[in-house]
Amino acid sequence: MLDEAWVLNGSVALRPEPFGALAYDFTTRRLSFLKDPALVEVVRALGEHATVTETFDAVGIAPADRPRFGAALERLAGQQMIVRRDAA
Amino acid sequence: MTAVASRPAATRLVDHFEYGLDAPICLTWELTYACNLACVHCLSSSGRRDPRELTTDECKALIDEFERMQIFYVNIGGGEPTVRPDFWELLDYAVAHHVGVKFSTNGFRITSERARQLAATDYVDVQVSLDGATAEVNDPIRGAGTYDAALRAMDNLRDAGMKDFKLSVVCTRDNIPQLDEFKKIADDHGAQLRLTRLRPAGRGADVWEDLHPLPHQQRELYDWLVAHGEGVLTGDSFFHLAAFGDALPGLNLCGAGRVVCLVDPVGDVYACPFAIHDNFLAGNIRDEGFKQVWQESALFRSLREPQTGGACTSCSAYDSCRGGCMAAKFFTGMPLDGPDPECVKGNAEFVSAGDRPAPSQDHSHRGTVRNAPVPVSIGRRRPPTTMCDESPVNAADLTPTGS
Repeated sequence: MLDEAWVLNGSVALRPEPFGALAYDFTTRRLSFLKDPALVEVVRALGEHATVTETFDAVGIAPADRPRFGAALERLAGQQMIVRRDAA
Repeated sequence: MTAVASRPAATRLVDHFEYGLDAPICLTWELTYACNLACVHCLSSSGRRDPRELTTDECKALIDEFERMQIFYVNIGGGEPTVRPDFWELLDYAVAHHVGVKFSTNGFRITSERARQLAATDYVDVQVSLDGATAEVNDPIRGAGTYDAALRAMDNLRDAGMKDFKLSVVCTRDNIPQLDEFKKIADDHGAQLRLTRLRPAGRGADVWEDLHPLPHQQRELYDWLVAHGEGVLTGDSFFHLAAFGDALPGLNLCGAGRVVCLVDPVGDVYACPFAIHDNFLAGNIRDEGFKQVWQESALFRSLREPQTGGACTSCSAYDSCRGGCMAAKFFTGMPLDGPDPECVKGNAEFVSAGDRPAPSQDHSHRGTVRNAPVPVSIGRRRPPTTMCDESPVNAADLTPTGS
């Protein structure tokens, strides 16, 4: 995943909240919670960068935190909140 | 030390919810107090239209505000929302403005044509109300013919290809033995079963003593919910049952004024759909706009402060049930910082309830209502004092005499 291009699913809207953001998928009517403002920044920026790793670089995610952020992105991918760019 | 200064930094998501969000997650909007039925337990004492009801343009402006606040979906109810002539227009308007709609209906107006229209519209979900898995249990609560009407609506929705619409049931003493039958009705229609708690709000206060589940039924309901897990929706309704053991799926906290609120047909904003009373009125959207009421009202700010659990804080189950439902306590005359009237630990028995608060409004029908419910307690009705009370024609009068 880290070397691939990903993007926020077009059917998902993000609403900023003090803890991070609410993510709502208008197609599945599923509501999720992004519990870290930095994760919200990563998710928003995914579409502007060639790979997930480049997104981490741009947002400034420290190397030690990247496994945690990677796991969070995997979970979001499992819920189709984010999708592979070529499939978007 | 002030309440604010003593507030610990929120680390868990549920703590953030307790302190309130920038916009609600679960907003109920009752479009009208008008209703073609007169259910005995109506939370909003609906029946007659309020002449001050929001106009079509005001409703659209409110939808615009929801869109700006990114309120992704609203639960529309009433009254019966489909009796508003502009209901379908408002539904289309909301969907076009990225505000998804789930609306509750008794089903009378969900014709096969409307069902096809709904099935073809994205971001719309329907919730059909039914309070008995048989007409014998349902109709005394909701009115004559209402069982057949709800089943007809569900047939129409299924035949139109509508998937995962909701069958919504208020759990009562009479229908808790029917949980499996409700599940089967939902499954047979490709619908999801949604169970919610009976509240002593509105006309529900008048029937609470007769209809609220008995203690052993609370246990039966809890076990059934645990067994069915996320396959059954509850709207986070039963967090007072969490004191039996494991928490049920959901937030398990009172969301009133924190993540939940109600906008009523005249634009009044209340802390939750079960608390239509002046004590829980935060403001009116006509005066201040919805965002201002949600974010700034004194009532909602106070609900977002750490709450005292009173006597409940010494109970082993307090972390699970959090003292239960504010509205259930209020409308049964119990102190808000004491146990829920249906406390599964039995602690409500040790609290003397005060007088039940007088309702601050009532839109109930005053005259004869088509489909009016006939509660089964009719058998216990006061006997007629003269035959004329029962029938204007006395059979004895018809007996030929004198010939």
